[in-house]
Amino acid sequence: MSFTQIKFYQTGTFTIGNRLLGEEDRSIQSAADRANSLNCGHRACQGCGEALGARYAIDAAMRASKGRLVVANATGCLEVFVTPYPESSWQIAWMHSLFGNAPAVATGIAAAMKVKGREDVRVLAQGGDGGTTDIGFACLSGMFERNDDVLYVCYDNEAYMNTGVQRSSATPAAARTATTPALGVEPGNRFGQGKSIPLIAMAHQIPYVATASVANLRDLEDKIERATLLRGARYVHVHVPCPLGWGSEPRDTIKVARLAVETGFFPLFEAEFGEVSSHTTIRRRVPVEEYLRPQKRFAHLFHPVTDADRIARLQAIADRNIERFHLLD
Amino acid sequence: MAESVALCRPEVVCAYPITPQTHIVEALGEMVKSGRLKRCEFINVESEFAALSVAIGASGAGARSYTATASQGLLYMTEAVYNASGLGLPIVMTIGNRAIGAPINIWNDHSDSMSVRDSGWLQLYAETNQEAADLHIQAFRLAEELSLPVMVCMDGFILTHAYERVDVPSQEEVDAWLPPFEPRQVLDPAAPLSIGSLVGPEAFTEVRYLAHRAQLQALERIPELSREFARAFGRNSGGLVRGYRTEEADADAEILVVALGSVNGTIQEVIDELRDDGVRIGSVSICSYRPFPFDVLRETLGRARQVVVVEKCLAVGTGGIVSMEVQTALTGLPVKVSTVVAGLGGRPITRKSLRETFERANRGQLPPLTFLDLNEDAVSRELERQSERRCSGPTAENILRDLRTAALRPA
Repeated sequence: MSFTQIKFYQTGTFTIGNRLLGEEDRSIQSAADRANSLNCGHRACQGCGEALGARYAIDAAMRASKGRLVVANATGCLEVFVTPYPESSWQIAWMHSLFGNAPAVATGIAAAMKVKGREDVRVLAQGGDGGTTDIGFACLSGMFERNDDVLYVCYDNEAYMNTGVQRSSATPAAARTATTPALGVEPGNRFGQGKSIPLIAMAHQIPYVATASVANLRDLEDKIERATLLRGARYVHVHVPCPLGWGSEPRDTIKVARLAVETGFFPLFEAEFGEVSSHTTIRRRVPVEEYLRPQKRFAHLFHPVTDADRIARLQAIADRNIERFHLLD
Repeated sequence: MAESVALCRPEVVCAYPITPQTHIVEALGEMVKSGRLKRCEFINVESEFAALSVAIGASGAGARSYTATASQGLLYMTEAVYNASGLGLPIVMTIGNRAIGAPINIWNDHSDSMSVRDSGWLQLYAETNQEAADLHIQAFRLAEELSLPVMVCMDGFILTHAYERVDVPSQEEVDAWLPPFEPRQVLDPAAPLSIGSLVGPEAFTEVRYLAHRAQLQALERIPELSREFARAFGRNSGGLVRGYRTEEADADAEILVVALGSVNGTIQEVIDELRDDGVRIGSVSICSYRPFPFDVLRETLGRARQVVVVEKCLAVGTGGIVSMEVQTALTGLPVKVSTVVAGLGGRPITRKSLRETFERANRGQLPPLTFLDLNEDAVSRELERQSERRCSGPTAENILRDLRTAALRPA
């Protein structure tokens, strides 16, 4: 049976559309030789950024490793929606142990591969922001510090979505969650809290750290492919909107993710051995308001009256990122 | 102990220091670094939780995995303890039995391993260092045959820090007895499978039932392996339970003492003394606490008039832990069971105190629950302080101060 490969291009963006690229450079949404590591039939919500991010990340890692990949998964949405027993959407060697230990489990897998002379097998660990920045942080830091041969991918949707949208240390200031309600003198999540795992990862002087977004899947794939082929501890932090937790339209997942990048709210960069080595320039800078408005978690900033003060403080955070990572250069 | 573990050719060893097991993993680290223990990855992790998690990953990827811990460390990794057994990963872990705080205490009792007795791990308790060394070799084989993790429990300091002559088998002997690890499930990119799925009510009971069944299978395998081990290595180690002065001429024992671990040595000496005095007494050492050998114990203890369970742990608010299960084993039989909580936090269990206790039992005067060598004066003085004023301060510190003052008092 013969078939014609159809290549799509993404619309509504300032990025270069596929039409302008050479045939060989265009992205392929599906192909017979794609790993489809995260297969259809899983139970993620409509418009799930994490499912999209994981599908592209793991397929990229499978491509780079020539199919020789083992994945350790932290507890969370990504684990729950893919493997409701006795079904599994994973077409790869995959193991879930606990919420807070995915980096350590991956260390164990990598050690086993080494001792068995199977260093051709690449080990990837993945989890959400809760499993990475909070409960799994000790194991993550330990894995980084030992420079274990593991690529860790965090899908950051900025709260504990699996348990019903509670605040994590990755939740942005002002965001409403179930545990940071839009009430009182400081509605939503407090300012001046939270942490940047990419920067903390860099402080461990590990070979590779990168941020990526589902708004730019080619960039995500490139970074994952690159990270997969390096040795030692590697970290990729992927920004993945959650329509349920953010109160955005499922159809707007990519759009919201892109606005996070274009406002400077989520900077895209790479770092090697603790030094920033590249960044993605913002092509069209937009004010944070455009990013905040489509998300109900920030609705209290606009209703019943516009909270200009807090919006300005959020703008300052974006501006600081732009300055720090030279995002306009 | 490290020598014995090394003979089993572990492929991944994870180490995190906690007294009193640290020197075991230290020695293994030295063997790996010096090249004596080949084909082994030694990983210094950041916590006990990570130690067992690394072992889980390694075992899932088909490597023979080992770690050791104690006390607070075992509690800190408890979530992973349940996970390892739930996933059916045959990890072997040494427990250097130690008390649990607060008050913080580094000395021996069985509170740590008892706290995870129902976690799905097999638990073997060693009486001597020789037995501890032998049990590790048996543990790897047992674990891998049944795809279940095994804890080898040895009394902190009493065994872990004791110097005694131990017969260490040769590498050839162990290789002949312990085949290479063939996992039941393995993370292999060439044959991908998902391990650790979300299981709902429709299948959870069946998964748990099968884990229970696998443990019951161990009731058959443990004595068989002990016999096979004896044939290969020429000495008896392990098994489900071991009687002392309960057979042949001593089959008349009316009082049977039950205990786990190294205290059996002291108990046996006291039994010899009492036997000389004509007391019809014997003892039973439980080596396999998980699975619990109900049938064997019913048969062994059922002939006695009185059973005295000496245990180094306390279920606060209940009493004995081991004795509850001993009582279940003896359901319907006319046997009186008394619990003696002894040796908590490393308090020496002396021959004198045991002898007095057993003599009391012989007179039929041993109550259902006693605390060996409890300083009742110190307790009542603290109770008095507490009743005198609301803000009486921390109990542990009060008692320490009280005892020091008491020691300074003229006799």
